[in-house]
Amino acid sequence: MSDTGGKSVWHNIRQQVNPEYLGMAGVLIGLVVLFTLLSDHFLSLRTFTTIANQVPDLTALAVGMTFVLMIGGIDLSVGAVLALSGAAMGVVLVDWGWPLPMAICAAMGVGALVGFVNGAISSWWAVPSFIVTLGMMEVARGAAYRITNSQTKYIGSQLDVIAEPIRGLGITPAFLAAAVTVIVGHLVLTRTVLGRYMTAIGTNEEAVRLSGINTRSIKVYVFVIAGLLSGLGGVFQSARLSSADPNAGIAMELSAIAAAVIGGTSLMGGRGSVISTFFGVLIIALLQTGLAQVGVSEPSKRIITGSVIVAAVMADTYRRRYAAGRRRGRKPRKPGEA
Amino acid sequence: MLSIRSLCKSYAVPVLIDVDLDVAAGQVHALVGANGAGKSTLAKILCGITPFDSGQMTLYDKPYRPTGRTDALAAGIDMVHQELMLVDTLTVAENIHLGRIPNTLGFARQHSMNRAASQVLQQIGIGSLNPATLVGELGVGKKQLVAIAAALANRCRVLILDEPTAALTGSETEILFQQIALLKSQGVAIIYISHRMEEIERLADWTTVLRDGRVAASDRAAALPQSAMVAHMAGESRRMEADRPRQPVHAGDALRVRNLSAGDAVSDASFVVKRGEILGLAGLVGSGRTELLRAVFGADRADSGQVHLGEQAPCRYATPRHAVRAGLAMIAEDRKRDGILSTQTVRTNTTLACLPRMATLRSWIKRRSEESEAIRFVDLLHVRCHNIEQPIGELSGGNQQKLLIGRWLMRGAEVFLFDEPTRGIDVAARAEVHRLIYDLAAQGKGVVVVSSDFDELMMICHRIAVVHRGRIVRDFKLDEMSRHRLVEAAVTGSSAT
Repeated sequence: MSDTGGKSVWHNIRQQVNPEYLGMAGVLIGLVVLFTLLSDHFLSLRTFTTIANQVPDLTALAVGMTFVLMIGGIDLSVGAVLALSGAAMGVVLVDWGWPLPMAICAAMGVGALVGFVNGAISSWWAVPSFIVTLGMMEVARGAAYRITNSQTKYIGSQLDVIAEPIRGLGITPAFLAAAVTVIVGHLVLTRTVLGRYMTAIGTNEEAVRLSGINTRSIKVYVFVIAGLLSGLGGVFQSARLSSADPNAGIAMELSAIAAAVIGGTSLMGGRGSVISTFFGVLIIALLQTGLAQVGVSEPSKRIITGSVIVAAVMADTYRRRYAAGRRRGRKPRKPGEA
Repeated sequence: MLSIRSLCKSYAVPVLIDVDLDVAAGQVHALVGANGAGKSTLAKILCGITPFDSGQMTLYDKPYRPTGRTDALAAGIDMVHQELMLVDTLTVAENIHLGRIPNTLGFARQHSMNRAASQVLQQIGIGSLNPATLVGELGVGKKQLVAIAAALANRCRVLILDEPTAALTGSETEILFQQIALLKSQGVAIIYISHRMEEIERLADWTTVLRDGRVAASDRAAALPQSAMVAHMAGESRRMEADRPRQPVHAGDALRVRNLSAGDAVSDASFVVKRGEILGLAGLVGSGRTELLRAVFGADRADSGQVHLGEQAPCRYATPRHAVRAGLAMIAEDRKRDGILSTQTVRTNTTLACLPRMATLRSWIKRRSEESEAIRFVDLLHVRCHNIEQPIGELSGGNQQKLLIGRWLMRGAEVFLFDEPTRGIDVAARAEVHRLIYDLAAQGKGVVVVSSDFDELMMICHRIAVVHRGRIVRDFKLDEMSRHRLVEAAVTGSSAT
């Protein structure tokens, strides 16, 4: 293990970087190569900036989802909360004339509040989070319709600061904010006490409780964070569409879950990575854009995307087993070995 | 009938090296060794759960190389596992027939299944148990017997018993021993894995001692007395058990529990532990010992009564967090369920209870100080692991237990509550756990130990309180302790001497 000098650059990289990320990056590059071969127009800066500017909302949701999955929970309400907080931002901006920073805070505040309710009910009343957030999905969606009178609310140019590409760079401030979210989320999960407690709770909650840690409030925090990030997702999406649409984010919770599991996050809790989730988001977005460019029809796109999700998780499971075998020094079995 | 030649198996390190073993029909072959010696791995290989690397096994002169549990079952090799493999939500009868439930077109024939199960239960002396009972409703001891019944119903030729008596009461153990004798007379070969030397001396026809994956000794049981077995297990003859520290004379109370009641299990229990004192709580399974500890610690709700820690105001702890803040620590009975985070690293498991202390602003974990603390405790407790990044689930039970104690040592506490601290761990680790308990007492901490093993309590405790039906019925000082008195008080609950 202690070989340092004299090895190839590739070897050094393999030593430094988490092998999980390398695998995910490999899949991404593979997809790029594939689409480049299939389409003349694919390989261009424009394609990549388009993809980058598409992903901020899903990224915010998927990071929150990773946190919730880490503690062994699930949050089905994130898509509806995205619509509700986007709607709330539309109302305070257009009808109440609030300035933009306060409107953003309002959107995230609404998300956090919903997250708090999710967390409080599921952890203090011990109702499974699947049920609580399934109900909340309907409640939040209904509330979004109520406050917008079921109509898309046009917001206009006020949000361009967020969703217009920065000149000379091609990408939007929203994407940068999403990238920062990923980095902060990764650091919270891997380097902080809260992150450690989350992993521990997802592994064995009772053991954590008996170690004198307040597991219930940590679970509430996690749902609040997921809500807050859904609110941020609402901001990103409204900005991209220049309007608040109460129909936004339908089935987006499923994309967020898909992104997380493609990244190797376990639905049973205790295992997951924010960076890998971000790779998952990129893979989904790349597939969407690439397949569209190649000219695949919408139905076929869905079939392919669905298959890729399952294949990715199968590959991840296989890789994990292989890695575990290698760590234990299991030799590959020779044919004909007695 | 079953013979094993130069069997090898390695994970990161070799676990079994050139193991030879011969098991004869109608014999009890005892397999002993410290935790991590390779007994469980060998058992898993035999019943097809784990593949082996090299070597040969033959069963009745035919090569035997199982690729899964079903292969082993078909060949007539079955195992009653240390960690019970029963389905809690199915009935006793369904568990006994699991995998081959009698059915008509997929519909279970409930009656004939229950009747057949009844017969097997009768055979092992628990005919009073209704086969339609859900397994989840049974205690650990009964579950163990059901698991044995399931193996019997399978008509196996080789039966592996891995620590079968760990959770059994005296009378249940007797039933098991009778069954073993019966099976022997029917020509079944039995491989018996246990830490309990008395049992091995009583049952075994042949004994094999494993040490670090090798056969250290293998001989007729009569030729391997207890002292010789221990010497072979340890690799050298050395005295393992230290002496308990002297009981302090003028010490304050570390913990007073007054009239504590919790649910049905604990009613009106009172006891006191002095600083530097080791108090044993003795009682039968189901007497409410565990529930009493849990109620003191706030793991379960206490309905009434008071807990008084040192000089602090009396109260009842609503959650473990309150208890821990006040200075209590509890090492739970079921390591796997209530203690370890099995997929997480040794480091994570050890530092869990005092992370904020190793973090800037109690939130940003300082990697260096966390690592050095973890390494310090791994060394201090002589934990055998590759490094602190190894998942704790890969370690042996004794090493896991030491790390769980380390978790609380790192945090620091005034009173330590141990629930069955040495269950399922080997002789050497047991001695180390005892030494840790002595150290705590010598430092003036209050220590409470619950154990089903009265001999162990008499060896390590300064005073033993007997629990019967959720209350403390009798208190024995050092010079009053005797096995007879303890058992009498635990069974009858009478507080008369």
